[in-house]
Amino acid sequence: MTAPAITLNKRKSQKRDIVFPIVNTIILCLLMFITLYPVLNTVAISFNDGIDAVRGGIGLWPRVFSTKAYADLLSDELTYNAFGISVARTVITTLLNLLFTSMLAFSLSRKEYVLGKFITLTVVMTMYVNAGLIPNFLLISRTLNLDGTFWVYIIPTMFSCFNMIVIRTYIIGLPEALVESARIDGANDLRIFWQIIFPLCTPVLATVALFVAVGAWNQWFDTQLYNGGKKYLHTLQYLLKMKLATSTQSANSANATADALAHASKTTPITVRCATTVVSAVPILVVYPFLQRYFVTGMVLGGVKG
Amino acid sequence: MTAVTQNIPGQTSRKKSIWNKLWEQKYLLLMSVPVLLYVLFFNYYPLWGWRYAFENLDTKTIKTGADWIGLGNFQWLFGRDDFIQSIWNTLAMSTINLVLGTLSAVLLAILLNEVRNKGFKRTVQTVTYLPHFLSMVIVVSMAQEIFAYNGPVNHVLKTLGLTKDTVYWLGDKKYFWGLVGVINVWKEVGWNSIIYISTMTSIDPTLYEAAAIDGAGRFRRILHVTLPGIKSTFVVLLIMNIGHLMEAGFEIQYLLGNAQVLDRSQTIDVFVMNYGIGNNKYGRAIAAGMFKSVVGIILLFGANFIAKALDEETLL
Repeated sequence: MTAPAITLNKRKSQKRDIVFPIVNTIILCLLMFITLYPVLNTVAISFNDGIDAVRGGIGLWPRVFSTKAYADLLSDELTYNAFGISVARTVITTLLNLLFTSMLAFSLSRKEYVLGKFITLTVVMTMYVNAGLIPNFLLISRTLNLDGTFWVYIIPTMFSCFNMIVIRTYIIGLPEALVESARIDGANDLRIFWQIIFPLCTPVLATVALFVAVGAWNQWFDTQLYNGGKKYLHTLQYLLKMKLATSTQSANSANATADALAHASKTTPITVRCATTVVSAVPILVVYPFLQRYFVTGMVLGGVKG
Repeated sequence: MTAVTQNIPGQTSRKKSIWNKLWEQKYLLLMSVPVLLYVLFFNYYPLWGWRYAFENLDTKTIKTGADWIGLGNFQWLFGRDDFIQSIWNTLAMSTINLVLGTLSAVLLAILLNEVRNKGFKRTVQTVTYLPHFLSMVIVVSMAQEIFAYNGPVNHVLKTLGLTKDTVYWLGDKKYFWGLVGVINVWKEVGWNSIIYISTMTSIDPTLYEAAAIDGAGRFRRILHVTLPGIKSTFVVLLIMNIGHLMEAGFEIQYLLGNAQVLDRSQTIDVFVMNYGIGNNKYGRAIAAGMFKSVVGIILLFGANFIAKALDEETLL
């Protein structure tokens, strides 16, 4: 009511307005530090001397500098092979997945499409119902006999429902007149999709491509299930998985057979494990800062539809 | 062919017009039916494999033909302490993930929402989103250093005097659930906060101004404007996440777990992996997986139903 009361309030809030931003900034800087510390710590250990690293206590800088871990890693032809397999599966999966997913997204974005409702329902249901690990394993390895081949990385990953919904939402948001005028000009649906809609979808396709690519690059479990015994089909992530502390392996009886033979229970020096971690993370770390905004766009696009 | 012959003008019965339409939409069919068949084969056909939940299928019987044993696999499962324990582990870890994940994301979103410097805000976001894109193998490899016997966490805790002795974070089962919760927060807090940040930016700024004129300080503005502004998002996401209570994760438990902590680290998914792929007891593992799927579907549809009901009545 009175003037003094307001100034009092103002003074109080002004005082808070100095303290809070400072505290807030400190908290957020601390959070960034905690987020980045494990990454930098791993890099530091990977550049440390192997025997010295066992002592622990390495922070953000190597104690006894050595590049031997990388020399070991990069002198092994299996590393290059795994890198090649990882790149190949990522590129092929991304291209095929993008093609099939956007094709279906376009068809299902057409309101007049007779089978639209039925196909949408059938496909969306797969987000809720999943047969689980073993039936899928039996399908891939017993029915299709894809285990022990490169195709096991590609064939089961050619379509994703969530991304289809994201792309479809985007296409529905495009002006309908584009399709209508093209149709009047005599273009069929195939041409409309390929020459008009597909190029217009570049932003959303970039986002989806990134998600698919990151997912494919980060995958290790299919290698373990189907290609554990084929060392020339190992991916970079699986190479790292095999180098995780050996105590982990002993707990999981699942790894017993082919997997155990592959790493023959030899302990990996932690510096080599850290170097492998760095090598398998580098592609993500390199592209991430440039592509971050696309990821977030995709997250928001997907979130709209839920 | 039939479609062409029926393309004669004047014939307009309903059946013909459908064939007509399908012929007109042949390119849409061409673009969608192959994908539909793909989905039917890779997502629906494996459901037929659930029949093995009632058979004694393993590596031997898969060649000779497995016998129908009714609910035998389920009886075996529920007679096992480690399966019962893996149900508890699943529920416990998903609850911990849900609570910690939601609270940390909301907190981070509130803190970021109060930052006025755009560049700083973007930097924090860029850094905190990063771990989301690292594979769980990489994250676990880093965690094995950070939580090592002579690693940074023990070092900091001892320096600060919070613990006297070195803690075996990775080898002591009583820490496992907490460890999974902390690592998941580290990995996902930035990512999970995105949805809350975007909700907060849609709050009408005049509400903040009005509150400030009424003498509300920063904390009261957060309490009375920001939090009510994200309430509906919060409730919907919470209910949706309850629908995923059976999904505690597989990778982190499988990769981070070891013999000493198996009692706490084995989720249903890890159990399925260990018995199905490890011991080749396909029938029993499928029964366990089927149990998880069915409970999961019930939870999910229940949660969706509640979310929709709330959405219509109270939230909007």
